Amino acid sequence: MDPVLLSRLQFAFTIGYHILWPAFTIGIAWFIVILNAIWLTTRKTVYRDLARFWIRIFALAFAMGVVTGVVISYEIGLNWSGYAHASVDVIGPLLTLEVLTAFFLEAGFIGIMLFGERRVGERLHFAACMIVAIGTLISAFWIVSANSWMQTPVAFTAAGGHLVATDFWGVVFNPSMPYRLAHMVLASFITGAFVVIGVSAFWIVRGREGDQSAARAAFSLSLWLVAILVPLQIFAGDQHGLNTRKYQPMKLAAIEARWDTAKRVPITVIAWPNPDAERNDYAIEIPLLGSIILAHSLDGEVKGLKEVPATERPPVLPVFLAFRVMVGCGVVLLGIAFAGLYLRWRGTLFRARWYHYACVVCMPLGFIATLAGWTVTEVGRQPFVIYGLLRTADAVSPIAGGAVFGSLAVALVLYNLLLLSFFFYGGRLVWRGIQSLTPISPVARPAGVVGMAPAAKKTINELVV
Amino acid sequence: MNSLSNFDFSVAFAVAEAFIIALYVVLDGFDLGVGILFPFAPRPAERDLMIETLAPVWDGNETWLVLGGMVLLGAFPGAFAILLPAYYVPLALMLFALVLRGISFEFRAQGGPLQVVWTVAFAGGSALAAFCQGAILGSFVGGGLQVVGGRFAGGPFDWLSLFSIITGLGVIAGYGLLGACWLIWKTEDDTQIFARELAFTTLLCTGAAIVVVSLWTAFSVPQIAERWFTLPNLFLLAPLPLIALAAWIGVLRSLWGPRDWVPFLCAILLFLASLGGLGASIWPQAVPGVMTIWEASSAHRTQVVLSGALLGIVPVILAYTAFSYWTFRGKMPAPEVNT
Repeated sequence: MDPVLLSRLQFAFTIGYHILWPAFTIGIAWFIVILNAIWLTTRKTVYRDLARFWIRIFALAFAMGVVTGVVISYEIGLNWSGYAHASVDVIGPLLTLEVLTAFFLEAGFIGIMLFGERRVGERLHFAACMIVAIGTLISAFWIVSANSWMQTPVAFTAAGGHLVATDFWGVVFNPSMPYRLAHMVLASFITGAFVVIGVSAFWIVRGREGDQSAARAAFSLSLWLVAILVPLQIFAGDQHGLNTRKYQPMKLAAIEARWDTAKRVPITVIAWPNPDAERNDYAIEIPLLGSIILAHSLDGEVKGLKEVPATERPPVLPVFLAFRVMVGCGVVLLGIAFAGLYLRWRGTLFRARWYHYACVVCMPLGFIATLAGWTVTEVGRQPFVIYGLLRTADAVSPIAGGAVFGSLAVALVLYNLLLLSFFFYGGRLVWRGIQSLTPISPVARPAGVVGMAPAAKKTINELVV
Repeated sequence: MNSLSNFDFSVAFAVAEAFIIALYVVLDGFDLGVGILFPFAPRPAERDLMIETLAPVWDGNETWLVLGGMVLLGAFPGAFAILLPAYYVPLALMLFALVLRGISFEFRAQGGPLQVVWTVAFAGGSALAAFCQGAILGSFVGGGLQVVGGRFAGGPFDWLSLFSIITGLGVIAGYGLLGACWLIWKTEDDTQIFARELAFTTLLCTGAAIVVVSLWTAFSVPQIAERWFTLPNLFLLAPLPLIALAAWIGVLRSLWGPRDWVPFLCAILLFLASLGGLGASIWPQAVPGVMTIWEASSAHRTQVVLSGALLGIVPVILAYTAFSYWTFRGKMPAPEVNT
C-alpha cells in the first residue's frame, strides 16, 4: 500500500469533508448577525425567532467544523511531515496565528452565543454573535493565505531543501491570496444563503401557518443577498482566473484542457481530455471565446500543457471536469437569484410554487460548487504541494501504508455516520420549523427534562411557555 | 533585533509549550474526565447536568491542543516531524475519539431515541482520547524512538508497551479525578455526592499511577535516574514530589469538606507538579534520547514572529476565556423540576 496515495486520499477526504462546514457556517454566522441586528433595531419578533432557529442549526454545523478541523491541523504532521519540515519557517506563523486570532476567539464566545442569551443580556449576546462571525472570517483569512502561498510562493529563500520567509506580510498577501480569499468568502455567504433560501422555501411550500411570516422574511432577505452576491462571485471568479493565468499557467491549461500554447483560442465547453495522445476527444468548442474569457482580449495567449514535461502536469480530467461542475452550479444559482428578482417585481415571489421547489432542490449546489472549486485549485497544483518547489511525493511522512489505510477507513466510516446524523438532527429541526421553537436554550433549561416521564415533560413545557 | 539575537528562544518556547500543555491537560482534562465518569452516573438526569457544565467551555479547552500542536510545529519543527509520524496510530485514534466526543455534545442535546448512542460515544470518546494521550506521554518520556537522519524510522506500533499502557490508564484515572473535582465544584446535592465518591476512587488510582510511573522511569531510564538522584538536583527537584504529595493529601482531606472548590484546586496542583516532574526528567530534550530543543528549533525569524504573536495575543485569550467562565459561573441547577 502506497502511503503517498493513501495520504492524499485521506487528506482529500478529510479536508473536503471539513470545508463543507466552514463554507456553511461563515455565511450563517453573518446571517445570524444580520437577523439579530434587524431584531434589535426593529423589534419585530420574527427576526428574533429566525436568529434563534438558525443559531441552533449553526451550533450543529459549527461543532462538525471544529472537530473535523482539529484532525486537519494534526494531519500536517501525521501525513505530511516532509511538507511541515520544509515549509515551517514560512507557514508555521500563519497556522499559529489562525489558532490564536480565530479558533480561540470563536471558541471563547460560542458558549455565550449558544447558551448565554439570558445570562448576559441581548446586547452582549449580539456582540458575542458578531465576534464569532468575525472569528470565522479571520480563520478564513489565515488558512486561505497559507493555502495561497502554496499556490503562489513568494517572499522566501531556499536553503538546503528548507524554505525560510524573508517578508512576513509578503507571504501573507501573496499574489493569489486576495482573489482566493474573496472567492472563498463569497462562496461561503452564497452557500449559506441558499441553504436559508431552500429551508424557507420548504416552509412556504408546506404552508404551516406559524412558520409563514418567518419563512417569508428569511426567503426575501436571503434572495436579496444572493441577487447581489452571485454576480459579485462571478466577477471575483473571473479575476481569480486572470491571476491563475499569470501565476499558475499549467493549472489554467488543465482547467481548459489546452495542450498547445496559442492565441485566439476557443473555449472548450465539454470534452474528454486524453493525456496519452495529448489532445481532447469529443470536444465541443466555441471559437475565440477562450481568449476573451481567459485573457480579456481577442489576441490573448493561453499556455498549453505541452509547455512542461508530462511529469510536471496536473491530472487534466478531474481539474477540467470539476471546473465545469463549479461553473455549472454557479450559472444555475445565478438563474435562481435573478428569477427571484423577476418574481419579486411581478409580486409573485411567495406564490410561485415551481420556484419554491426549485429553491429546495438547489440547496446543495453551493456545497457542490465549493467542493468542485477546491478540487480545481488543489488538484490543479499537482504534482506539487508547494507550486514548483516541493513535490507531493516528497512531502509525505515516513509512515506505514497500513497505518494510513486504517485511519482512512475509520475516517470514511465515522465521518459518513456523522453526516447522516447531522442530516437527521438538522432535518428534524427544519421539519419542526419556527413555530415549535422552544424559547430557551439547553443550558438554561431545567435539567432532567429528558429523563422524565412524558407527562412531567409536558407540564414543564407548559410552565416554560 | 540585536538584543534578540542573544536571547535563547528555544528555552523560551520550551517553557511556552510546557505552559500550553499544562493548560490543555488541566482544562480538557476535566472535560474528558467528566466523559470518563459518564458511565458511572446513577441516573440520566445526572448525565444531562454533567455535560451541561461543559457545554459552554469545552470548545475553548480543546483549542489549547491545537495551539500546542501548532507551536510545536512552529518552534520545534525537528521534533514535530519526528513525533507525529512516530505516534501516527495513537494520535489518529485520539483525534477520531475527540471528533466523536466533541460532536456528542451537540447531538446528545438533541434528545430523541438515539440519545443513548451519543451518551456512549461521549464516554467512549473521552476515555479513548485520554488513554491515547497517556500512552503517547509514556512512550515519549520512556524514549527510544528509532530515528535515522532526522526522520522517524520505526514501526507504527513502537509506542505500545506495558509502560505506555500503564501511563494511558494513569491519565484516564487522572482526568477522571479532575472531572470529579470539577463536578464537586459545579454541582450540588445528589450529583455532587456522586462526584465526591468517584473523586475518592480516582484519587487512589491516580496516586498509584504517579508512584508507578515515577519509580519505573527512575529505574529504567538511566538519564532520568541521574537527573533526579544526583546532587544538587536531588534537593533542587525535591519540591515537585513534595508538592504533589501535599496536593494529593489536600484532595483527600477536602473531598467531603464544605469548601467545594478546594478539591479541584488541589487536583490541578497535583497535575501541575506531576507534569513539572516529567518536564524535569526530560529537560532539555525535545525528543528524548534523540534531539535537544536547540537541535529541533526553527529559524530565528520564525521564532521572533511566533514569540511576538504568543506574547501579544495569549493574554487577551486568557482574559476573554476567564470572562466566558465568569459568565457561566456558579452551580448548575440541580436535577429537580421545581426550580
